[in-house]
Amino acid sequence: MSPQQQFIAFKTLVRKEIRRFTRIWVQTLIPPVITMALYFVIFGSLIGRRIGEMGGLDYMSFVVPGLIMMAVINNSYSNVVSSFYSAKFTKSIEELQVSPTPNYIIMLGYVCGGCLRGLLVGLIVTLISMLFTDLQVHNLFVTASVVFLTAFLFSLAGMINAIFANSFDDISIIPTFVLTPMTYLGGVFYSIDLLPEFWQGVSQLNPILYMVNAFRYGLLGVSDVNIGVAFAGIIGFLLVLLAYCLFLLEHGKKLRN
Amino acid sequence: MSVTPLDSKVALKIRGLQKTYGKSFEALKGIDLEVARGDFFALLGPNGAGKSTTIGVICSLVKKTAGTVEIFGHDVDRNFSVAKQFIGVVPQEFNFNMFEKVEDIVVNQAGYYGLPKKLAQERAEKYLRKLGLWDKRDTQAKGLSGGMKRRLMIARALTHEPQLLILDEPTAGVDIELRRSMWEFLQEINEAGTTIILTTHYLEEAEHLCRNIAIINKGEIAENTSIKDLLKQLNRETFILDSRTVLAQCPSVESYNLHQVDDTTLEVSVEKGQSLNTLFAKLSELGVDIVSMRNKVNRLEELFVSLIEKVEREGADAAPTKPATTVKRA
Repeated sequence: MSPQQQFIAFKTLVRKEIRRFTRIWVQTLIPPVITMALYFVIFGSLIGRRIGEMGGLDYMSFVVPGLIMMAVINNSYSNVVSSFYSAKFTKSIEELQVSPTPNYIIMLGYVCGGCLRGLLVGLIVTLISMLFTDLQVHNLFVTASVVFLTAFLFSLAGMINAIFANSFDDISIIPTFVLTPMTYLGGVFYSIDLLPEFWQGVSQLNPILYMVNAFRYGLLGVSDVNIGVAFAGIIGFLLVLLAYCLFLLEHGKKLRN
Repeated sequence: MSVTPLDSKVALKIRGLQKTYGKSFEALKGIDLEVARGDFFALLGPNGAGKSTTIGVICSLVKKTAGTVEIFGHDVDRNFSVAKQFIGVVPQEFNFNMFEKVEDIVVNQAGYYGLPKKLAQERAEKYLRKLGLWDKRDTQAKGLSGGMKRRLMIARALTHEPQLLILDEPTAGVDIELRRSMWEFLQEINEAGTTIILTTHYLEEAEHLCRNIAIINKGEIAENTSIKDLLKQLNRETFILDSRTVLAQCPSVESYNLHQVDDTTLEVSVEKGQSLNTLFAKLSELGVDIVSMRNKVNRLEELFVSLIEKVEREGADAAPTKPATTVKRA
């Protein structure tokens, strides 16, 4: 396949993914927006007033970047995990497997679909957050690159989950038992400075902490972690998942009999 | 689009193809197969014989244990991208997203082969029209009947205009009228130069459409020849004869084994070389006027059953002395 043909295959796959999540927009775009709006009202507006300041900021301002990232993480992941597993389940993945489309294009097509849904939901949540607080952008490059890399990373993670999944139960186990606790404990709602030293150390093993804080730095200019370390961690983790995902596709793990 | 020249006269070449599931189940035991360019080739065998596994390996859906597969001279392992450009596959089971629109399914498939969108849409229209699905282009696939879904899979497989079309039981569950129209369509594209490999349970279909045939049983090729030569092996055929008048008793004709089915129907088993003219003349002398005649069963079906039985008998005889086969995983 020439590079031009590969690009056509990639565009086809991305278009198909966009069509999928926009066709079922009531399931894919509306629920995260409602959930996040409730977070803003309850945690930010109602409880937040009683909390006062967090990390030197009023609580609503503090919590907004984390909630945007939470929406991006969940939607990037769930888009790819459900789309790719459904393709496996219905065997429509064979349409791609019999074609000359290289595995890396298949991976990038699905991941790009996941990123687009994650970023679209993130954008909608950002717009809603502006009803509750004045949103400033401290560093546009950091903000944009962190949100994109995070969406990419969790799309890849969703794809790996889908490759291993044998049933629809398997695609909800990781989001429920791993992703949600990691997100809640990843500094979305609090600064890790509040934690005892031991738990601060434990929190620093959580990759979501670095993503949330790097994004918070991009918007507000404050962070619990070093931004350079955060970028290095995100990129390193992303490269590992990228290589692993390609390895699984090349070897047909759980895809070819 | 880059076009790779087709200079091979062999569309498909399989050598020593083995597939072992788990540690011990040998689905394919080292088969060799060659299909000439432009051929209409039948791959027959009972359920579980290895037909779909063979197709799965050709299309990269199944990992082979050993052996080589070449499509128009291109090895599917070493040159997979080029080899795959030549193949179109119609699988046994529906394998498209039921929530996608008919046209989108075909256009997307063309995109996976690198066809620009405009050309993909033109091809989709061409094949959906040919297969009588154009009116359903905006319907979600789940809204199609079984026959329409089968035709959709054919349209999808043809969208990149492959040189080798592989159909795994394409007419399973399709009514007779539709089956006939699909036969005509397949003959048309074969005459236009597309090599076709067909697996089917309808042996009449293979006899009607195909020029060459391979019979696969328990992972081995039991027979690989032309349909014509295969039918020559048939030593005995059974015919049903319809009499114009009611027969009081079964007529007796020397060296012909006649059997009365009902008042006006006779059944006769004729060996190779026996003349039907002689039989009709003798029946006429006895006052029996035959008005019509037909095969009792499909000729190929008789042969198929006898071949499978023969292979299984030979397998059973050889089993106690047959050495265990060691399969090396690739």
